[in-house]
Amino acid sequence: MIKTAKDHIVRSPYQSLAAIFVLTLSLFLLSAFFLIGSGSQVILRHFESRPQVSAYLKDEAATQDIDLVKAKIQGNPKVKKIEFISKEQALELYKEQNKDKPLLLEMVSAKILPASLEVSTYDLSSLKSVAETLKQEEMVEDVVYHEDVVSSLSNWMATVRKFGLGVAVFLLTIAIMTILIILGMKISQRKEEIEILKLLGASPLHICAPFYFEGVIYGVLAAFISWGLSYGAILLSSSFLTQFLAGIPLLPVSPIFMLEVLGGLLFLGIFVGFVGSVLAVSRFSRTIR
Amino acid sequence: MIIFDKVSKKFGSIIALEDVSFTLEKGEFVFLTGASGAGKTTLIKLLLGEYLPSAGEIEMNGEKVSKVSKKNLYLWRRKLGVVFQDYKLFWDKTVAENVALPLEIIKTPAKEIGEKVQKILELVGLEERKSLFPAQLSGGELQRVSLARAVITAPEILLADEPTGNLDPKTSKEMIRLFKEINEKGTTILMATHNNEIVDSFKARVIELEKGKVARDEKEGKYYKDKKKEKEEDDD
Repeated sequence: MIKTAKDHIVRSPYQSLAAIFVLTLSLFLLSAFFLIGSGSQVILRHFESRPQVSAYLKDEAATQDIDLVKAKIQGNPKVKKIEFISKEQALELYKEQNKDKPLLLEMVSAKILPASLEVSTYDLSSLKSVAETLKQEEMVEDVVYHEDVVSSLSNWMATVRKFGLGVAVFLLTIAIMTILIILGMKISQRKEEIEILKLLGASPLHICAPFYFEGVIYGVLAAFISWGLSYGAILLSSSFLTQFLAGIPLLPVSPIFMLEVLGGLLFLGIFVGFVGSVLAVSRFSRTIR
Repeated sequence: MIIFDKVSKKFGSIIALEDVSFTLEKGEFVFLTGASGAGKTTLIKLLLGEYLPSAGEIEMNGEKVSKVSKKNLYLWRRKLGVVFQDYKLFWDKTVAENVALPLEIIKTPAKEIGEKVQKILELVGLEERKSLFPAQLSGGELQRVSLARAVITAPEILLADEPTGNLDPKTSKEMIRLFKEINEKGTTILMATHNNEIVDSFKARVIELEKGKVARDEKEGKYYKDKKKEKEEDDD
């Protein structure tokens, strides 16, 4: 039956290619949305896990004053963690972040970098009040917090999710309809052969199975091609993205994660191919049965 | 054994078969004759389950066609071998692949298929043509492929609808020789034909249909009932 399905594909290659291309395009766009969504999730988690409020301290701040402020902020139930970063630690962090830029490293010493208190909260909505409290401290020079980044990223991700889901449903519907139309055409072209098979005593399943297999083969091929395209796009854009997303542990993408993506695409491809072929066969059930 | 019991078939107001009754015994060779439109093809299609009788009953080896559900019709058809005037072959499959098809349908192991195909192609004299495609064969060879495909599963009953209709007299005789050989091995054969020479040269039972009714059922019949009728048809 698989051989018959293969023969069907080979005998009308352009129709088969059209089905595979449409399914590939749908799966590729789906995987792109999924990868963007997953990437954004990692970026969001990164921002959420990082200290969200940085209070830069004046050079003359005394250690005991710093400890007092630290204890005061730590006492706030909304605060998850507070950490003191000395000038030397700040320099180490700076060196780590700019290790590929020797020119920048030459120009910076511990003296010019401020010590800071890095605070993270349980809830993003608490950031503003914590930042206000820190601003009132005399030894605090400046306060920076990431509320905008995180909230806009979460809003963006929610939009991507909604839009992606809508596009996914739309694309998969188109893919199913394309397979339905193409396999329908193939069944129609093979009416005479189907008649002969019926007269020879072929069961309805024997007649239908190659069409089911054909739909599944389209799905499997489209899944592999779209996965290859997605992986290729990631690899090609890696160098650019690594610079752009400096410090965010997003790249390189784990091969295991990509295999999971392949699994998902195969599942979707097979599902779409099978559903399309079942619909095509049921549309021509009078011819087949 | 096949029993036609008062079988009628109507298409709207057109009566294709009316009150047809006969019995085919195991191992019989029966010619089904009659002018075009007499109902020969309708009768064969009724036997194949392509049509259901409007009245009456068809029975094959104790099983009634009216009791066979549509989804199980394929099991009924597997008991029959069929040879068509237009061959009904797959043009993109080789001779061997065409002949192997009924065995693949009943899920015969590949090794067994190979052996059976070889044997049947030897019987019909096409062993050297097994890798050719139907487009590369003559009319007689195509009909032999069709015959080989029809008998490869060793069906008890072989139906042939005008199997020599597209063949020249010499090739027709060759085909009939093959049918005879198959019949001698115990296969019941019902052959619809217009070929009077073959019917006359072959002492077999003749059932003649006329306007959908059995006009004659003779044990060792000729194509024409009498000289007068032969002359009438020759004049036509």
